[in-house]
Amino acid sequence: MSDAEQASDFDPTTQVDEFEPVDVFPSSEDMDLRPGADNCYKCTSCDTSCPVAEVDEDFPGPKFQGPEQWRLKRGEDVDIDDSILSCSNCMRCDDACPSSVPLSQMHNTARGEYVEEHMDHNSIEYLRNRMLSNYRSLASIGSKIPRISNFFLGLGITSTLGEKLMGITSEREMPEFAHETFRQWWKKRGGAQVSNPDKRVAYFHGCYSNFNTPEVGKAMVRVFESFGYEVMVPKQQCSGTPMFANGMLKDARREAEVNVRELGKAIENGADVIASCTSCSMALRQEYPELFDIEGIEDLSEHTYEAMEFLRIHEDLHSAIRESEVDPQSFAYHAPCHARNQGLDRQAVELFRELDGAQIEDVGESCSGISGTYGWKSEKYETSMKIGAEMFDHMEHAEGEVGMTECPTCAMQMNHGTGYEIRHPLELLEKAVAN
Amino acid sequence: MAIREDVIVIGGGLAGSIAAIEAAETGASVRLVTYKKSTLRHASGLIDVLGYNGSDDPIADPYAALDELPDDHPYSVAGEAAIRDGLERFDEVVGDQYQGGHTDTNALLPTFGGAVKPTARYPTSTAAGITSDTRSMLVVGFREMTEYNGQMLADHLEAAGVPFEVKGVECNFPGTYANDSRVTRFTKRLDNDEDVDYEGTTMGAREALAKEIEPHLGDAERVGLPALLGDEHADEVHNDLERHLGADVFEIPMGPPSYPGMRLADTLKDAVDEAGVRISAGNPVVGFEAEDGELTSVIVDSKGREVPYHADEFVLATGGLVGKGIDSDREEGVTEPIFDCYIPHPEDRYDWFDKQAFGDQPFAHFGVRVDETMRPLSADEAPEFDNLRAAGAVIGGADTVAEKSQSGVSLATAVVAGEHAGERAATHEVHQ
Repeated sequence: MSDAEQASDFDPTTQVDEFEPVDVFPSSEDMDLRPGADNCYKCTSCDTSCPVAEVDEDFPGPKFQGPEQWRLKRGEDVDIDDSILSCSNCMRCDDACPSSVPLSQMHNTARGEYVEEHMDHNSIEYLRNRMLSNYRSLASIGSKIPRISNFFLGLGITSTLGEKLMGITSEREMPEFAHETFRQWWKKRGGAQVSNPDKRVAYFHGCYSNFNTPEVGKAMVRVFESFGYEVMVPKQQCSGTPMFANGMLKDARREAEVNVRELGKAIENGADVIASCTSCSMALRQEYPELFDIEGIEDLSEHTYEAMEFLRIHEDLHSAIRESEVDPQSFAYHAPCHARNQGLDRQAVELFRELDGAQIEDVGESCSGISGTYGWKSEKYETSMKIGAEMFDHMEHAEGEVGMTECPTCAMQMNHGTGYEIRHPLELLEKAVAN
Repeated sequence: MAIREDVIVIGGGLAGSIAAIEAAETGASVRLVTYKKSTLRHASGLIDVLGYNGSDDPIADPYAALDELPDDHPYSVAGEAAIRDGLERFDEVVGDQYQGGHTDTNALLPTFGGAVKPTARYPTSTAAGITSDTRSMLVVGFREMTEYNGQMLADHLEAAGVPFEVKGVECNFPGTYANDSRVTRFTKRLDNDEDVDYEGTTMGAREALAKEIEPHLGDAERVGLPALLGDEHADEVHNDLERHLGADVFEIPMGPPSYPGMRLADTLKDAVDEAGVRISAGNPVVGFEAEDGELTSVIVDSKGREVPYHADEFVLATGGLVGKGIDSDREEGVTEPIFDCYIPHPEDRYDWFDKQAFGDQPFAHFGVRVDETMRPLSADEAPEFDNLRAAGAVIGGADTVAEKSQSGVSLATAVVAGEHAGERAATHEVHQ
């Protein structure tokens, strides 16, 4: 069916001297998404890349959530459809769109508006989503007493209560807190061991490698120091990724303000910002400037890199890896959706193929399905596992029983679906070049 | 200078993939740099060489019709041998997923509008639908899919004068769906053979679909369905349906989203990977560095940072107007956005189009002009750069949509560009 149902008196053969855009829609909002909506030529590349639409018959897909819903809600009496909460913010539609429609920006904006204006702020769902998206606050308390926290989180009753009271699935095991956080280790070690005003990086460790997998952060530090970099670890908050996905844009902005300010100081001191989590780097690079107007936010976006990406560009990482060797081990590698969006989906496979001892196999293009906090919600758990089924299947068919990925929640899902131990590429890189 | 190869191919569609494989065959190290999903995702998956040339009658033998093409047609520049090499390479890459390689003659296949289309290669899943076959046909549509109607399709085929009996029917796709459920949902259901409730019994989606179709089968010997019969396990879906129905089953290529196109994209990606080509996907090439008329690197915009990718030889396979390899606006006219290669076009943009929608549209011919080694030429017919070649829809000179020749043009130009790039990169190395 055509979009233009009414005859227009537009005559393409009439010469127009000067082009005057017609303001069809009132432009009262902060962000003008109209050019983005107009760029959509309905090729459906986004819909066919959407992992949720593929398994959930009620989800109308990104083309609706983005440009079509944006047009619909120009009408005064049309509210945002609640299906926006079923979007997992994997951002695959961004990667797919040949016309560069800012789909995830549209989804984030719509979701933020829906949560702010149409969701009951006293509902369990809202409180649950708020709690999940503020994982950092919980983790910073829990990790003060890691052994006790882990004990309570591991109890059956805790997970039953979580399911019954909060709608957090009891199918998953809560991630354990490390006995020593990355920042505690960093402090104890006396901070940077290499000082180099010409080669400085500021590490954005994010929440998970601080509280749960400090070995990833340690690997980052050792690898960068082995290449002669001075590593700085500025004060930082959550990147905001879980907040965007839950429409908690005010929370995200609060965290972003601190990150932009603190990382901005490091950039002033000559550093580039390095993240080990691809969703953190995604947030700093793309979502920050798309969603917030904070002084220095563009500068931060332009100075942020994923860890291996930075080394590939600035060092001869290929040769360093080619000349190294590790103990024989096979890895089933999954590229996180957010890595894909930064053009990093083939990086680990390309590099580690040339590493003696390592065998690495890409388990394919499918999404892991967990998408951060999404797969933790009771009502989304099943969808999450259906999306993940293809990846689990490919992992089972790959050599060995160790998985690899950059994203901490993808790692949770990979482990949950297969029982495999999951490693971060930096951990293998540390073994190869920093020992 | 961390990122360096012998050959960099820009663009990951049919032309880019084949050019990369071709270059890798010469022994060169090759990197394919691709940005968004290619237009293959919404292409029919049929591989046309030449279907029409100015008249409404389809061409029977494309090779016999080459002589009538104008001198600036990409086929005239590349030559018949290049077309044959391109198809040979294609056949090798897709193996038994495609048919049609046994003859030079075009096959005629039904489209989802009920027209009959001449094409050179077609997915095996569509083969039983060939319209020169006289066996009776049932065309199935689904009420859940508004863009496709079995009855209408059958009526159109009949009106086109096909030499067989054809009837159409609308069925329900097993399972329950929202009004705006996606095609991918139907496909996933069949691909995984998910359980559905069908008339009070729980069974696999494939069996349920066969049961839904069976009462309408009559004496039809073959059954056509919209091309959504599976993704990763398409062969199994196809075989299971044929087994349950006791008739040949075929897919009818659709508009977007197109599974035959997506499956071809997956096959090409695997072939590129297997050929040892490195793939960088997700970021656009936005510029270049050159010295003495030779490119030294292309600049990739990595989310705001400009990263140079170095190579000796480069292939431009960024697509045409739809694939965004060619751009146009009011100020600059028609441009090739990365290297600013020359694209001949009328200055007055009211001369870019014909008032008749299906007339001879000047814009359909827009694209770079190339020499016989596929180097884009400047306005004075000299190569834009000594080490830049073009392949696919970025090359102009023909209305490939009206002619039904785009896939053939992509394949022919890709093998020439890829081979020359690979071989010339090898001579660079000898000199160093």
